[in-house]
Amino acid sequence: MAVTTHTRFRALESLRPLQGPFIAIGGAMVIGALLMLLSGHNPLEAYSSMLLGAVAGPNFVNLASTLARATPIVGMGISAAIAFRAGYPNLGGEGQMVLGALTAALVGLYVPLPAPQLLPLAILAGMVVGGLWALFPAWAQLRVGVPLLISTLLLNYPAAYFASYMVTHVVRDVPSGMTQTYLIPDVLHFAKLMQGTQLHVGIFITLAVVLATWFVMQRTVVGYRVRMMGFNAQFTRYGGVNMNRMGYGVMFVSGAVAGLVGAIEVLGVNYRFIDGALQSPQYAWVGLMSALLVNSSPLGVLLAGVFFSAVQTGGFGMERVTGVPRELSRVLQAIIILFIAAQNSFSFGQGRAEERET
Amino acid sequence: MDLSQIFDATLLNSTFRYITPILLAALGGLICERVGVFNIALEGLMLWGAYFAVVGSFYTENALLGVGTAFVLGIAHAAVFGIIVIPLKGNMIVSGIALNLLIAGATIFLLRAMFGVKGAFQDPKLQGLGKINIPIVENIPVLGPILSGHSWLVYLSWVLVIAVYVLLFKTPLGLRMRGVGEQPEAAATLGVNVNWIRFGAILASGALCGLAGAQLSLGQVTLFVENMSAGRGWIAVVAVMLGQAHPFGAFLASVLFGFADSIGFRLQAYGLPTQFTGMVPYLVTLAALFVIALRRKKIAPFM
Repeated sequence: MAVTTHTRFRALESLRPLQGPFIAIGGAMVIGALLMLLSGHNPLEAYSSMLLGAVAGPNFVNLASTLARATPIVGMGISAAIAFRAGYPNLGGEGQMVLGALTAALVGLYVPLPAPQLLPLAILAGMVVGGLWALFPAWAQLRVGVPLLISTLLLNYPAAYFASYMVTHVVRDVPSGMTQTYLIPDVLHFAKLMQGTQLHVGIFITLAVVLATWFVMQRTVVGYRVRMMGFNAQFTRYGGVNMNRMGYGVMFVSGAVAGLVGAIEVLGVNYRFIDGALQSPQYAWVGLMSALLVNSSPLGVLLAGVFFSAVQTGGFGMERVTGVPRELSRVLQAIIILFIAAQNSFSFGQGRAEERET
Repeated sequence: MDLSQIFDATLLNSTFRYITPILLAALGGLICERVGVFNIALEGLMLWGAYFAVVGSFYTENALLGVGTAFVLGIAHAAVFGIIVIPLKGNMIVSGIALNLLIAGATIFLLRAMFGVKGAFQDPKLQGLGKINIPIVENIPVLGPILSGHSWLVYLSWVLVIAVYVLLFKTPLGLRMRGVGEQPEAAATLGVNVNWIRFGAILASGALCGLAGAQLSLGQVTLFVENMSAGRGWIAVVAVMLGQAHPFGAFLASVLFGFADSIGFRLQAYGLPTQFTGMVPYLVTLAALFVIALRRKKIAPFM
C-alpha cells in the first residue's frame, strides 16, 4: 500500500480508515441504482425520498424514528463488536437479545418489588440471561472445541422457540389474542423523548454502552488484552493472559449487551414481550453488519448503526413515494458488507486481514 | 404414546424427503471443503434456489424448468461468492455471512417486486415436482412405502452421492481437487491451477444448493415462504463436518438430521407443542457438533 509521507496530507491520512466503508457504500449505491433502473424506477428520486424518509418529516419525526431504530441496532452492533474484537465470531446475538427481552418482561410482570428496585432488576436480569446464553457456546468452544461460529448461530433457533413457547403456553396474555405477555406496569415504562415516535430514554443507555466500550477497549489493560487476543492469540497467551477466562468474559459481556438491548426494547417500545417482535426488524443482524462495516470500532459502530438505521427508516419513505419495495434497504446493507468482504478490510479481531496472513 | 405409531414407514418416507435438501447442500459444502474453501453461504444459496425454482416453475408452468432455473441461478450466485473469495481474496466468513443476509433480503424484495406479495407465494400455475412410484419396489412390504413415492430430485440426490464419491476418489480431477485442499502449494507446483479448481468447486456448490432449494419449494411443498431454508444450510455445514467431508459420511449425517426434522413434525401430532418439536433439528445438530469435537484430538479453531 503506497503511503504518502508528505505532511500536507496528514489530515487526509487520518481519514484512511474510512476509505473502505465509503467505497463499499458508494459501490452498493451504484448497484442499487442499477436494480432500480431495471425495475423501472428513477434512482435519484428513490434515493432522495430515502434520505428525506430517514431525516425529514414534520418536526424531524423521521429523524426521531431513525434514532429510535438505531437504539437497538447500535446496541447489537456493540455486542457483536466486543466479541469480534477478541476474535470470537458470535452470531448468536439474536437469541441472546430475545432471551434478555423475555427475562426483562417476566421480571417486570411477576416480581413483586417497587418500581425503583424493579426497573434495574429487570434490566440486570435480562443482561445476565443474555450473558449466560452466550457463555454456553463459549464453554463448548473452549472446553470441548465446538466451533463457536456455528454453535452461536444454531442456538438462535432454540432461544426463539423457547420464548415463543413461553408466550404461547405459559405467560400468554390470552384476552389479547396475540402471542405476547401482559403489559408491564406503567411505572416501569421508559419515558418517551418525543411524543408520537418510539424514541425513548433508552437511547442514552445505548450511548453510554458505546462510550464505555470505547473507553474499556482503548484505555484499559483489559481492553488492550481483548484486542491483542483477536490480533494474535498465541502471542497474547505467551504474554501470560488467561485466554480462557478472557474468552468467557468477552462472550458473557457480548451476550449481556445483547440481553440489555432486548430489555431496553421491552421497557421502552413494546412494554411487553411479543413473539417475533425483535427478530422481524433484523436488529441483531443489522447490528452485526454495523460492526462488520467499521471493523468493530466502538465509535464506528455508533456511526454505522445510525447509518444503517437511516437506510431502513428511509426505505419506508422510498416505498411511499416511489413504490420501490422497502426491502431494498436490506439488500443495500448486505451489498455494502459484501464490498467490505471483497476489500478484505474486515477481520475478526483488531488486525487487518492481510497482516494476519503468515 | 405408542412408539410403533411414531416409527412407521410413513415417517421413514418423510425422512427421505427431509434428508434431500440437507444432503444436496452438504454435497456442495463437502466439495468446497475438499478444495480448502469453507463455504458458509450454503444457507443463502439454498434459499436463493428455493426462490428461483418457484419463479421458473411459475413463468414456464413446468417444474423441470423451475429446477433448471434454480440450478443456473445457483451457479450464478455462487460465482459472486467465488469472485469475492478467490481473485479478491475476501474473508470467507464475512462474505458468507453477507451473502446469506443479502439473499434473505433479496428474496423478500423480489417477492414483492415480482409478485406483489409478502410472506409466502402460492399460485395454481406453480408446478410441483410430483412423486415417482417405482414399479415392483412400491409393492414390497415395508421397503416399498419408504423407497417409493419421492420426487425425482430425491433419487437424483442418491445418485449424486455416488457421483461425488467417484469424482473425488476415482478420477484424476478428484485427486487434483483433494491435492488443492490438502497441499495447495504442492498442487500448484505440479501445475494444478488452484484458483480455478476452487472457483469450480464453489460453482458446483451453487448448483447443488440450487437443487436443494428446488426440493424445498417444489418437492416438499409447492410454494415459496420467506426464509424457508430456516437454518438447513447451516445444518448442512454441520453434516459436512460430521461426515468428515466424505460423500457417504455426509449422507449418513443428512439421514440423521433429516430424521430429526421429520420426527419433529410427527411428535407434533402427539400433543407436543410445536415450539419443542421445532427445536429438535437444531438440538440434534448441536449435539452432533459435540460429537465431532470430542472425536477430534485437538481443540478446533473458532470457525
